[in-house]
Amino acid sequence: MAQRKLSLKQRGLMNFEAQMWLFTRLSALAMYALILFALIGALVMGARNQMSLADVMRWAFMPNVTHVQSAPDVPDLAPWSSIFWKVTAIALLAVATAHGVHGLVVIADDYIASAGGRKVARLLSIIFMLGMIAAGAIVIWTS
Amino acid sequence: MGLKRDVSLSTGLRYKGPAGYLNFILHRIGGLGMATFITVHILSSLLGGEIGVFLNRIYENWVFQIFIFFCVLFHAINGLRITILDLYPKLLEHQTEAVWVQWAFFLPIFGMAVFVLASIGAGG
Repeated sequence: MAQRKLSLKQRGLMNFEAQMWLFTRLSALAMYALILFALIGALVMGARNQMSLADVMRWAFMPNVTHVQSAPDVPDLAPWSSIFWKVTAIALLAVATAHGVHGLVVIADDYIASAGGRKVARLLSIIFMLGMIAAGAIVIWTS
Repeated sequence: MGLKRDVSLSTGLRYKGPAGYLNFILHRIGGLGMATFITVHILSSLLGGEIGVFLNRIYENWVFQIFIFFCVLFHAINGLRITILDLYPKLLEHQTEAVWVQWAFFLPIFGMAVFVLASIGAGG
């Protein structure tokens, strides 16, 4: 058990898998920060009196203007569809997709018995990740 | 590779470890649920049209909303526990207690959401 309690520095992070292990944790923290940031932004833009909790959460998890359109009491959608929020939304999309696709690779690694199969899954995951980030960025940018 | 990991799928599925196994498998189910939902959601937004309307109707359903909220909330709270314990390894001594704290956060929040979603879903 003693080995599990080594600090990050003592454990060393020299290989790709260890770096992705750290990335998974740090990207989780980044997502908490971005979601909190979008939540505070919504409150600053008047969500306290204009939106239900469900609408605020929908915006917080992905600050895209289409997630506010169903809130009937928001008078002006312009501040919600600014470049600032589009960039924030794409940042959250990119971090979440990278985190999620790496998670899928970890699961696939557990169930694909052959080394070649794991390599194919890894290659497909990179294509899938780039494709989903591109598709999501188009949706956010043109909404 | 000191770890033998080329076991068959059926052996992998039959594995039942001690404490933490439930969190492990629920974390995976939550992650897979979110990955599927977000993929479908992004693609339907991109494609639009009749497929988009059809898919929207699925995730506006209250049963689906309870499922996806479970995925998001459990994955987020369990992920926070994993992140904190992994980045501050000294805390690993208290991981059993951490799991209890985690359930103490998860159950009331999720219970409240299920109550609201189900009462709206049942027409209340």
